[in-house]
Amino acid sequence: MTQRHTISVLVENRPGVLAKIAGLFSARGFNIDSLAVGETEVSDVSRMTIVVRGDDRVLEQVEKQLNKLPDVIKVSDFVGKEYVERDLVLIRVDANKSTRSEIIEIVDIFRAKIVDVARDSLIIEMTGDEEKIQALIKLLKVYGIREMVRTGIVAMARGKKD
Amino acid sequence: MKMKGAKALIECLKKEGVEVIFGIPGGAVLPIFDYLYDDKDIRFILSRHEQGAGHMADGYARATGKVGVCIATSGPGATNLTTAIATAFMDSVPIVAITGQVMTTLVGNDAFQEADTTGITRPITKYNVLITKPEELIYEVKKAFYLAKAGRPGPVLIDIPVDIQRSEVDFKYPDKIDVRGYKPKYEGHPKQIQKAAEAISRSKRPIIYYGGGVIISGAYKELRELVRITEIPVTSTLMGLGAIEYDNPYYLGMLGMHGTVYSNRAIQNSDLIIAIGARFDDRVTGRLDKFAPHAKVIHIDIDPSSISKNVPVDIPIVGDCKNVLREINKLLKKKEYISLIPKKDRKEWWRRINEWKKEFPLKYKNDNKLRPQYIVERISELTKGEAIITTEVGQNQMWAAQFYKYKYPRQFLTSGGLGTMGYGLPSAIGAKVGRPEKVVIDIAGDGSIQMNIQELATATCNKIKVIVAVLNNSFLGMVRQWQELFFGKKYSAVWLQQRKKEYGECKKPEVDKRCGIVPDLVKIAESYGWEGIRVTRKDEVDSAIKKALSSKNSVLIDFWIEEEENVFPMVPAGRALDEMLCDLG
Ligand SMILES: Cc1ncc(C[n+]2csc(CCOP(=O)(O)OP(=O)(O)O)c2C)c(N)n1
Repeated sequence: MTQRHTISVLVENRPGVLAKIAGLFSARGFNIDSLAVGETEVSDVSRMTIVVRGDDRVLEQVEKQLNKLPDVIKVSDFVGKEYVERDLVLIRVDANKSTRSEIIEIVDIFRAKIVDVARDSLIIEMTGDEEKIQALIKLLKVYGIREMVRTGIVAMARGKKD
Repeated sequence: MKMKGAKALIECLKKEGVEVIFGIPGGAVLPIFDYLYDDKDIRFILSRHEQGAGHMADGYARATGKVGVCIATSGPGATNLTTAIATAFMDSVPIVAITGQVMTTLVGNDAFQEADTTGITRPITKYNVLITKPEELIYEVKKAFYLAKAGRPGPVLIDIPVDIQRSEVDFKYPDKIDVRGYKPKYEGHPKQIQKAAEAISRSKRPIIYYGGGVIISGAYKELRELVRITEIPVTSTLMGLGAIEYDNPYYLGMLGMHGTVYSNRAIQNSDLIIAIGARFDDRVTGRLDKFAPHAKVIHIDIDPSSISKNVPVDIPIVGDCKNVLREINKLLKKKEYISLIPKKDRKEWWRRINEWKKEFPLKYKNDNKLRPQYIVERISELTKGEAIITTEVGQNQMWAAQFYKYKYPRQFLTSGGLGTMGYGLPSAIGAKVGRPEKVVIDIAGDGSIQMNIQELATATCNKIKVIVAVLNNSFLGMVRQWQELFFGKKYSAVWLQQRKKEYGECKKPEVDKRCGIVPDLVKIAESYGWEGIRVTRKDEVDSAIKKALSSKNSVLIDFWIEEEENVFPMVPAGRALDEMLCDLG
């Protein structure tokens, strides 16, 4: 069964490593939905958060192939685990006198932010998980989305509750 | 101690026990060659093409089990290495390739002879690195040798900008290295080993299918022991030939596309496949959804990604074949496991296999014509099965696999995974450098031999004696065979000679079609300082081989074999393993 997996990959923070990971996905025919890279609390280690779709066998291969790369320190799949995931989106949406207040209302409900105002458009910023972002997009589509950019999902396992 | 980067590199290589390097110099590696000139310990062998140097390092590595080293300049030198690197990658061969790069300040500027070498070789190396600071150099060399050998071996490339070769570094070679992202598992899990031993004991129709991993891990003794104590039939992949000796009573020969009928049947009818250091390649499994329909699978491999990649596995064991087999053998010798064996079923299983063996032996038409299978048999006989055999790719490779009687691991060197024409001659040279006491013979095709024929010079100039036996059919034979069998005999772009009507009148009617042969391999051999012998008749075979064996010089024998001989048996691509074509003749 094809499922969406968020995997976290700790890698050596070195030039060329991103290309190695991205190349592995394309060479083996794995599809990436999103990929986000950034520093971690350790200066020579970066974390990549990769969202990938596939059945169990594909995911098993993805993990095994990633683990095979000497530049990869650790791979963990969040599926079936308690975790938080967030994505940041910027949306430029058409807004005229008559629609502006409606849009602002939506922005408020979603606890999003308006970060730029122009004569005929607004830029809205929001963070959230996939579901929340999709919901916002759906509502704003009605007004006309001119441009959209996303950072890609980042994720972190939840702390132990007990 | 302070020294130049280039000198430090050479000192590192010595610490790693490197005794020989193959390669070609150029602008971006000049500092290294300057120090190599003065060095007394490392032998440098100048090839005539970087691909040749890469295959030499590969042949050296496969024949000895050590890491092979090759070196090339930036740009075209590095791109010429790529086929050899990919060949080593597919067959898990430990080589370290060192390439020069343009100055760090010029990287990315389309400088003269710049190529993005690490970018190009990323998918065909186990690990590669562009050195960006002098202080990284020594650590990365250590890491390269460690990674080339550790776990599942493979090629590693170090790209060194020329200014780093010239800059000062502090030479301190680390004794140990810990690569936090690479921690192969060498010991199998005891629970899994137990499960495997039990499944082996209980099975009614088991078969051992092993591959190159057994040779790489040095597990052939443990494998032979397993076969001896269990009396289970055993079949080898192309890459595993020699780990089980050809005359082992339980050995069924090679399996797969050109394997024996009985080994393929045994696989298809088995109830348990014990896969050891093999990877269920498509040339082995045939049509996947019809592969061994009744079999449970135990898979022992050091590379977890090989397990359950193509064929679902019931009992996976990640670990080094040698360690795992040692543990399994211990259990299998115990009474409680022996008592599980269904002896009657096993007897019946062998009875069926022996019947298939009798019905479909590996054979060929041994008439008066000059047939390639006969030639390989004679080479085997006259070298007493002791030679190291390398091959090119195509029919020659398959005949060399089928008809030479291998006894040892590291005796048969072939490009199995990538199927690289042009592999045989340079790898033979590398093998001979590593194992000078051995007779080394490249069993070649007339197409493939021309892909690295320039290395005839390397053998001569470095006094490396090898023998090349060309099974010359004037065709790209294996492609012609496919065209004959599956494309209605349309021989498209496979005839390697001039067309008769263009050549005109035949001046030597006794050699009929092949007068005006291009090239005359005997003359080529001679012009490179080799001896050349032409054999056109069966009764000349023995004397030619004997002459080649006794000569001081390298010898090329140009055997003019039957042009349209085919390799049989054969599983057509996309068919199940038991749908084999056999020789109709
Ligand atoms: C570098 C390379 N190019 C093309 C092929 C495709 N190919 C496979 S076998 C073969 C023919 C080989 O001819 P030859 O060396 O004469 O050997 P024969 O099959 O006749 O023994 C070709 C072209 C290949 N394996 N490698």
